[in-house]
Amino acid sequence: MEAHSSEVFVIGLTVFFLACIIGYYVVWSVTPALHSPLMGVTNAISSVIIVGAILAAGPQGFDTSKIFGLIGVVLASVNIFGGFLVTYRMLSMFKKKTKKTKEKE
Amino acid sequence: MSSNMVAILYLISALLFIFALRGLSHPESSRMGNIFGVIGMIIAVFTTLMFKSVLSYYEIGAAILIGGAIGSFIALRIEMTALPQLVAAFHSLVGLAAVFVAAAAFYDPVAFSIGKVGSIKTASLVEMSIGTFIGAITFSGSVLAFGKLQGTISGKPIVFKFQHLINAVIFLLILFLIILFVINQSPTIFWTIVIVSILLGFLVVIPIGGADMPVVVSMLNSYSGWAACGIGFTLSNNLLIITGALVGASGAILSYIMSKGMNRSIINVVLGGFGGEQDTSASKDNSDKIVKQGNAEDAAYIMKNADSVIIVPGYGMAVAQAQHALREMGDILKKEGIEVRYAIHPVAGRMPGHMNVLLAEANVPYEEVLELDEINHDFPMTEVSFVIGANDVTNPAAKTDESSPIFGMPILDVEKSQSVLFVKRSMATGYSGVDNELFYRDNTTMLFGDAKKMCEDIVKSLSA
Repeated sequence: MEAHSSEVFVIGLTVFFLACIIGYYVVWSVTPALHSPLMGVTNAISSVIIVGAILAAGPQGFDTSKIFGLIGVVLASVNIFGGFLVTYRMLSMFKKKTKKTKEKE
Repeated sequence: MSSNMVAILYLISALLFIFALRGLSHPESSRMGNIFGVIGMIIAVFTTLMFKSVLSYYEIGAAILIGGAIGSFIALRIEMTALPQLVAAFHSLVGLAAVFVAAAAFYDPVAFSIGKVGSIKTASLVEMSIGTFIGAITFSGSVLAFGKLQGTISGKPIVFKFQHLINAVIFLLILFLIILFVINQSPTIFWTIVIVSILLGFLVVIPIGGADMPVVVSMLNSYSGWAACGIGFTLSNNLLIITGALVGASGAILSYIMSKGMNRSIINVVLGGFGGEQDTSASKDNSDKIVKQGNAEDAAYIMKNADSVIIVPGYGMAVAQAQHALREMGDILKKEGIEVRYAIHPVAGRMPGHMNVLLAEANVPYEEVLELDEINHDFPMTEVSFVIGANDVTNPAAKTDESSPIFGMPILDVEKSQSVLFVKRSMATGYSGVDNELFYRDNTTMLFGDAKKMCEDIVKSLSA
């Protein structure tokens, strides 16, 4: 993190555009039937913002920044747990049926 | 832990997130994908907890437990019909979390190595304010979308004079505030940006009608990703940038698919005002036309004597909680040797893929559930189309009537099947407010009543 700020920005921008392209191709490969679980997962992983919240909540003592950080951790955790769990619930419904059809066959 | 080690662990976590999305290409690989996502998140959180500056484990642990308990409780209790509201609510939290992280970075820049209070690096200030702006819009926009989906706020679009002009002025005001903020780094201006962005979020979603909610939910999904990206740039954190970009791209693609499903541009949806305000003159013309009505026994008879049935479910089916009764009906028909399949329109339901989840919940095998492109050419070879709780997505006016507001929208060609059964509560028009000429055709039988009750009655007649 000691690099020049412009350099850091350019690296970030490189990562950003490459990630957008990966995202584009990966998301188009998602089957339309699973678009709801896709939203559930993206919801959960976008809460990786918790990383920033933990850094803010990290230092000892209590100041404004720490309180904001802790609120951020709570909000992001709701999403992480909620997002992954609701996706799990949805996906296990897509499983149940396969089993049943297999049983029938 | 060295900074290289941190970077590598974050990279692993980012790769796991990519695999999580990749897994969704097929139901069989999707559950593994979800597990990859969970592992990626655990790695990300623990790596961050290992930072030298992170010391308050108890407070952070408590915060994670509180949030986790709330999130788990809601996720385990939620009805699948209420999924869109839940997702909207979750988006609002991502937006709000982004605002808080940006605020924390602003009040304690040293913790994020972006400078000192009062002399934060210019680039970081710009990135911070953009993250805050998108986060705040995501927050308020999602809250309003939640209200509309939940029914707390009317789903009707609220349109007023100079709406777009006002939004544009507010947007310019925010740009001005951001420039001011970068120059003088005042907390007052920071919070003004937050408040004005929240206001803009409300104003952007207010003119959008209930029928357009799938697009709005996808769009907010996209925004929540870009907000995470903005924070990622502020903190020079590649993991956040990658994940934000993935989510942003995902939401953008879903919005595109949804608007295409309604043959409208995203801009057209965003400008809003659609749904529920069309004049009813079209339906007047048809008031003297004859509608053939039937009951459950007629429907059972027609379907029993067919070789193939395609069921077209719409949101009305979900509202009536008819999916289980419908599946039971399908099962009996299958036992009779009749081919039963389900046709899903891209905008059926209130969010992308919603109808698939509702049918999955009712134990309909996903192999029998087909998308518009996959099944549309089969309608001419199909004897019976059973339309339940759907209307606009079957309306041939979308192909023939250029003056119709739904003209150009891709539809399911139920008209081409030999006979059509329409389960509807009344003759009321669909979300678009357009009358459906299919109702008056000779080969159409209207089944008036509650969708669930109708399916149950048909099941009774079939079993009798």
